Amino acid sequence: MKLTRWQKPESWNVSPWRRVNSFRDEVDNLFNLAFGRLANLNPGNGQEAQLLEGWFPAVDVYEDKDNLLVKAELPGLRKEDVEIGFQNGYLTLSGERKQEQKHEDAETYRTERWQGRFHRTISLPCRVDADKIKATYTEGVLTVTLPKAEEAKAKQIPITVS
Amino acid sequence: MNAVTQQEEKSARPQPVEEERQFVSPRVNVIESKDGYVLEADMPGVAKNGLEVSLEGNVLTITGRRTPVPVACLLYRESPTADFRRTFELDPSIDGGKISARIEQGVLTLTLPKAEKVKPHRITVS
Repeated sequence: MKLTRWQKPESWNVSPWRRVNSFRDEVDNLFNLAFGRLANLNPGNGQEAQLLEGWFPAVDVYEDKDNLLVKAELPGLRKEDVEIGFQNGYLTLSGERKQEQKHEDAETYRTERWQGRFHRTISLPCRVDADKIKATYTEGVLTVTLPKAEEAKAKQIPITVS
Repeated sequence: MNAVTQQEEKSARPQPVEEERQFVSPRVNVIESKDGYVLEADMPGVAKNGLEVSLEGNVLTITGRRTPVPVACLLYRESPTADFRRTFELDPSIDGGKISARIEQGVLTLTLPKAEKVKPHRITVS
């Protein structure tokens, strides 16, 4: 049996992801400050911001007794636009949001919504049963349910008093 | 840019009436055609019953409440906990009574038709 050091769930809050994320927000703000004016002068040119930032859909991870739940905010996608992969304890979400409809003779005022490809890899905190992973998509949120492997489930150990 | 202008100062400050509630601004696309405007907003996790679209004078407010997550222990979160809200000042050419809204897979689509009288007409010379 492998002994793994106990990690407090709170320590997830200071995970490198979080730091990368807040860093990304900072960068976003910088670019918005620098290019916000430019973008306003040329309505419909939100594209440059997208080129600089890329699309990182927000991902949440939940846990209950039997499952891990990974939720990703992916509004306005079709089932066939998303790919879910699992390998070696890593869950991969990737896909593409295409421009939904071509607006003929239309003028664009704002293009803030993401378009194009995204790719996220999530390191799972415990072993899961790879054959029983399920995914649903409602209200623009993708939910991947990963049943925990038997050995990863919490067990109650009875005490025998003699 | 004055067609559907966002009122930055309104959405940025928390509304005093709604006691300290925090909101995030959804990302939107705004397109104008000759018949009207189409506004698309990304509001993931918002169901039809959590959505509120209101029009006061020429100020349009969209509010989306996230569907609560079933009881489970949160390990890691990137999505904002706050609900969505954003206000827009509408162009006077928009017919307020004919605005329609639908939400599909977390994308709100508002159709804002222009009033008949402002639509371009072709006048035939007799």
